[in-house]
Amino acid sequence: MGTTLFKKIWDAHEVRPADASGPALLYIDLHLVHEVTSPQAFEGLRLAGRRVRRPDRTMATVDHNVPTLGRENIADPLSKQQIETLEANCAEFGVPLFSIRSNRQGIVHVIGPELGLTQPGMTVVCGDSHTSTHGAFGALAFGIGTSEVEHVLATQTLPQAGPKTMRVSIEGTPGRGVTAKDLILGTIGQLGVSGATGYVVEYAGSAIRDLTMEGRMTVCNMSIEWGARAGMIAPDDTTFAFVEGRQAAPADFAAAVERWRALPSDPDATFDREETVDAAALVPQVTWGTHPGQVAPITGRVPTPEDFSDPVDAEGTRRALAYMGLKGGEALEDIAIDTVFLGSCTNGRLADLRAAATVIRGHKVADGIRAMVVPGSMQVKAAAEKEGLDEVFRQAGFEWRDAGCSMCLGMNPDILDPGERCASTSNRNFEGRQGAGGRTHLVSPEMAAAAAITGHLVDVRSLDVELQEA
Amino acid sequence: MNSFTTVTAVAVPLDRADVDTDQIIPKQFLKRIERTGFGEFLFFDWRKEPGFILEEPHYAGAGILVAQRNFGCGSSREHAPWALEDYGFRAVIAPSFADIFRTNCTKIGLLPVQLTQEQVSDLMRQLAEIPGAPVTVSLEEQVVTAPNGARYPFEIAADVRERLLNGWDDISLTLAHEDAITAYESDRERDGPTTAPFLTADQV
Ligand code: SF4
Repeated sequence: MGTTLFKKIWDAHEVRPADASGPALLYIDLHLVHEVTSPQAFEGLRLAGRRVRRPDRTMATVDHNVPTLGRENIADPLSKQQIETLEANCAEFGVPLFSIRSNRQGIVHVIGPELGLTQPGMTVVCGDSHTSTHGAFGALAFGIGTSEVEHVLATQTLPQAGPKTMRVSIEGTPGRGVTAKDLILGTIGQLGVSGATGYVVEYAGSAIRDLTMEGRMTVCNMSIEWGARAGMIAPDDTTFAFVEGRQAAPADFAAAVERWRALPSDPDATFDREETVDAAALVPQVTWGTHPGQVAPITGRVPTPEDFSDPVDAEGTRRALAYMGLKGGEALEDIAIDTVFLGSCTNGRLADLRAAATVIRGHKVADGIRAMVVPGSMQVKAAAEKEGLDEVFRQAGFEWRDAGCSMCLGMNPDILDPGERCASTSNRNFEGRQGAGGRTHLVSPEMAAAAAITGHLVDVRSLDVELQEA
Repeated sequence: MNSFTTVTAVAVPLDRADVDTDQIIPKQFLKRIERTGFGEFLFFDWRKEPGFILEEPHYAGAGILVAQRNFGCGSSREHAPWALEDYGFRAVIAPSFADIFRTNCTKIGLLPVQLTQEQVSDLMRQLAEIPGAPVTVSLEEQVVTAPNGARYPFEIAADVRERLLNGWDDISLTLAHEDAITAYESDRERDGPTTAPFLTADQV
C-alpha cells in the first residue's frame, strides 16, 4: 500500500514512535515566532533555567501589533512593550529576529516562504493557527499554543497524537474571476466549518495543481477555518521554481529537488476520508455570517434561520444575522459596505495586490468608502512599489500602508468601528474580529477591489473591469 | 500544571455552537506578557449583552462550562484557556472541540470533556431547569455525573489522562528523552534550512 505525503513527512520526523507511555515525539525543522504568543513561553524558559535548543531553526518577527503608519512611534504602550519584549527575548536567547526596523519584517506566514525558509518535506510550527499556510510547499505545518511554543523552544520537538488524513480533490477549471480564495471558501461552505477537525487535509486535483504558489498558500492558509490540523499540497515544479534562488534555499538545489520529488502521495496511497469539490461549478464567494462556513455565492441571497434543519445551525444563523445587521433573504449584491481591507496572510502577497490593482486600475473608490492596502511584508511592499502598484491604489483612493497583520485582527490601530461593514481579504469573520461590533465579509482580492469601486458587495465578473488570468 | 482528578461545581450552560477563541478572549487583551489575569476579560463582549448567562447570579463561582459543538475554534491563542481557567473553570464539556484549543487546555490542566450531542443537550436541559445545579466531572472514572444522577462516560487519550491526573509538565517528560533527540539530530543533519545566516545580518 502506498504512503501519503503526510505520512512520509511524519515518519521522517519521528524522534520516538508512539508507544504505551505516550504519543510520537516529532522533530521540528522550523519554528516561527511572533510577539503575541511567545512572551510567556520565553518567560517559562527563563524560570526553568532552560535555553533555546536550536536558535538556528527558529525565526522571529513582529506582525500583529505593528502600526501600518508611523511604525517608529508606537502609540499603544502595551503594543510597544510586546514588541520590545520579543526583541529582548530574541537577543537573550540568540533567536534571529526581523524586527520592526527590518526591511524584511512582515507577517510571519508571508516572510517564511519569501525568505525561502519554508521548504518541501519539513515540519513547521508557529504559535499561530495560520501556520497551515506553509503546507502549500508540501510541508507539515500547524499552529500550536504557547505551552507548545515553550516546548519547541526547549526541545525542538513536540509530542503529537497521529491525526486522521483527508484528501480533498478540487477538480476542474475555475471560471473567470474565481480565485484560490473562492476555492477554499467554497470548500469550507460545502464541507462545513468544523468539517476537517481532527484531520490533516491534502488538497489535490487539477484546480490545485494549476494554482500558483501564492494561490496554494491562500488555500492552505484557510485550512484552520474548517478545523483542519494542517493543510498540505504535493510539491511539484511550481513549488521548486518558487523556492529556487531565495535566500534560505538549499545550496545544492538540484539534490534537494531530487529528494522533494519523492514526497507526493503514492498513487495507491489511501486516506481516512476522500472528498471532491467541483471547481468549475464555483462562482466568487462571500461570507454573510460570523464564521467562515457561513458563506454563499455572490450571486445568491443571505439565508434565513428557516433554511437550516439542524436546530444548532438555525440558532447560529439567527445570532449571526442579528450581529451582522442583516434580516436574511436579501441579495448579497445589495449589501452596502463602508470599508475595504486588502491584506493579511491569506491575501497580502504581491500576486494578490496585482490582482486587485488590475481591477482597480483606472477606477475610483466609491464615495464615502474607506479603503486600505496593507502589504503582507516590507518586501512585498517594496516589490509592489517597484512596479507602480502603490500609485494605482493611491490614485484610486486607497490608503497605502506598511506591512503587518493590521485590520485582519486589529491589535494595532487599524480597526472597524461598531457597526462598520467591511469587505475584507482576510480569513476570519468572527464577531468583533476586526474591531468590536465590526461586520466582516470575507472575499477575494478581486472581489474586495470591486466592492471598493461600487460601494457594495458585487460580483466582480459583472463589472467592466479587467481580470487577471489565473 | 494543576492536576485534575474529580471536580464538582456549578455548571454554566452556554448554548452556542462554534464559539471561537476571539469571543473567549478578544484581541485587545492579548497584549499582556503575563500568563495570568485574563479571567476578568473572559467573553468580554458577550458579557455586555443583556442576560448573558455567565452574568446571572446562579452561576457565580461556576467551575464547569457546557457548550455546543466546535468549541474553541479559530485562533491558537492559549490566552483562551488561560482566561477560562483564571475565571475559575476547571472543565469544559462540549460535543466537539477545535484541535488546537483542546491541546492547549490539556497543557494547563483545564479538562476538555467530549460527550455526545444527545448527552450535551440533555445536560443543557437539566441545567436550564435547575439553574446553578452542580455537575461532577471525574477524570479518574472518566465519567460526568449530571444533576439528575445520569452518568455519561467519556474518552480521553491514556497519556493525556495520566499527565492531567498527575499534573506532569510536558517539557520535563520530553527532556527525559534528550538522548533520542540528540541522536536524531546527529543522524539526520539534514534537510531544511537553517536560520543561522540571518542571525548576524538582521539581529536588532
Ligand atoms: S494576518 Fe491575520 S490571520 Fe494572519 S497571522 Fe496576522 S492576525 Fe493572524
